[in-house]
Amino acid sequence: MEVKIWGCRGSLATPGVETLRYGGNTSCVEVRVNDAVLVFDAGTGARRLGAALAEEGPEELHLLLTHLHLDHLEGLGFFAPLRRRGNVVHIWGPPSPVRSLAERISRYLSPPLFPVQLSDLDATIHFHDVPDGEWEIAGARLTAGHVIHLGPTVGYRIEHDGWSLAYMPDHEPALGVELIPTQSEWISGYPIAHGADVLLHDAQYTDDEYAARIGWGHSSVDTAVAYAQAAHAERLVLFHHDPVHGDVQLEHMLGHACDLWRNGGPPPTLASEGMEISP
Amino acid sequence: MSDGSRHKSVVLILAREFATRLATPMFITDADGNMIFFNEPAEQIVGRAFADTGELPAAEWRALFQVEDSEGKPMPLEKLPSGIALNERRPSHAQLTVGWPDGRRREIAVTAFPLFSRSAEFEGAVIVFWEEPGGPAG
Repeated sequence: MEVKIWGCRGSLATPGVETLRYGGNTSCVEVRVNDAVLVFDAGTGARRLGAALAEEGPEELHLLLTHLHLDHLEGLGFFAPLRRRGNVVHIWGPPSPVRSLAERISRYLSPPLFPVQLSDLDATIHFHDVPDGEWEIAGARLTAGHVIHLGPTVGYRIEHDGWSLAYMPDHEPALGVELIPTQSEWISGYPIAHGADVLLHDAQYTDDEYAARIGWGHSSVDTAVAYAQAAHAERLVLFHHDPVHGDVQLEHMLGHACDLWRNGGPPPTLASEGMEISP
Repeated sequence: MSDGSRHKSVVLILAREFATRLATPMFITDADGNMIFFNEPAEQIVGRAFADTGELPAAEWRALFQVEDSEGKPMPLEKLPSGIALNERRPSHAQLTVGWPDGRRREIAVTAFPLFSRSAEFEGAVIVFWEEPGGPAG
């Protein structure tokens, strides 16, 4: 399995000189496994990924959405594989009892919010509610689990050949419980993160910022570290950087995360555009 | 999992968080009727702290106290708000008399309602106890 980050900014794309090292595009992560292409979230990072894929030309790919907030969706209209006739794109997302996944995505991909509609796209699109249990794509085992965030939101886990990646870009596990010493069955998303070789996890705020933003659906660095340690993740990658945090601030937050890290193994790192991860 | 228990859904995790912050006695059951949490105010109804009991199987927590109707007759589970919420998956409210093995009795109003997740899955039920007339029990 090969993983590449195309966007790790949270909430709002943030281009500028102050975000050059870690990037300003919103969430998008490419995973390659057995020649299949899986894309986690379609934030603004999906535009560059789509351009790269258009040159390469895979005819079928899977786009797995954690939720439908705009920072995870607004790259969809610029994702080149959707505009190529003959392509087959599977879009997976959390279920809703009220509207289908296609209907909910169409609320963004339609006028007046966007000039192009889903029906205007040339690719064949199949929409799938994520299943309750595990399922397989290209021989990789996937699991989706509902997590604490505003609106229906899932985290994903993908496992292949004994190696696992957990992707939880928007997650506020501290809202429900004190993470330590709470029993693991009461921790949001625990089965997704448990024992993951790599955990990409929301770390949007400092602890002081989080105190003023409880219930907004995101985590502090302290929470991200506590969560990764409670879940026995091997490696933590801090994800979903706040738009007001420039590179210098992020590195300060990383230092704090490393001070808190007690799991052994490699210390936490900051997600950055272009970052590649593999077993 | 730390002890083999089933992982709780986000709905149940948030329900428990809600319960811990209330002054009103509240029980939370899973979809099978097992008592997976009760808050501190509910300790007076159960007679023990949740930290001491842990999760209780359905048959066990229902035996902790007896519920009677206004004529003093024991009420079957299916007639109780909790039974209606769990079996029929609809909200229910009733004024009841609760009796304990030590002879204490108390008039209590009980409200129970089912919990459904966004995917319309039945997750369990919340049971709230109100001391008549209107104030929280406990």
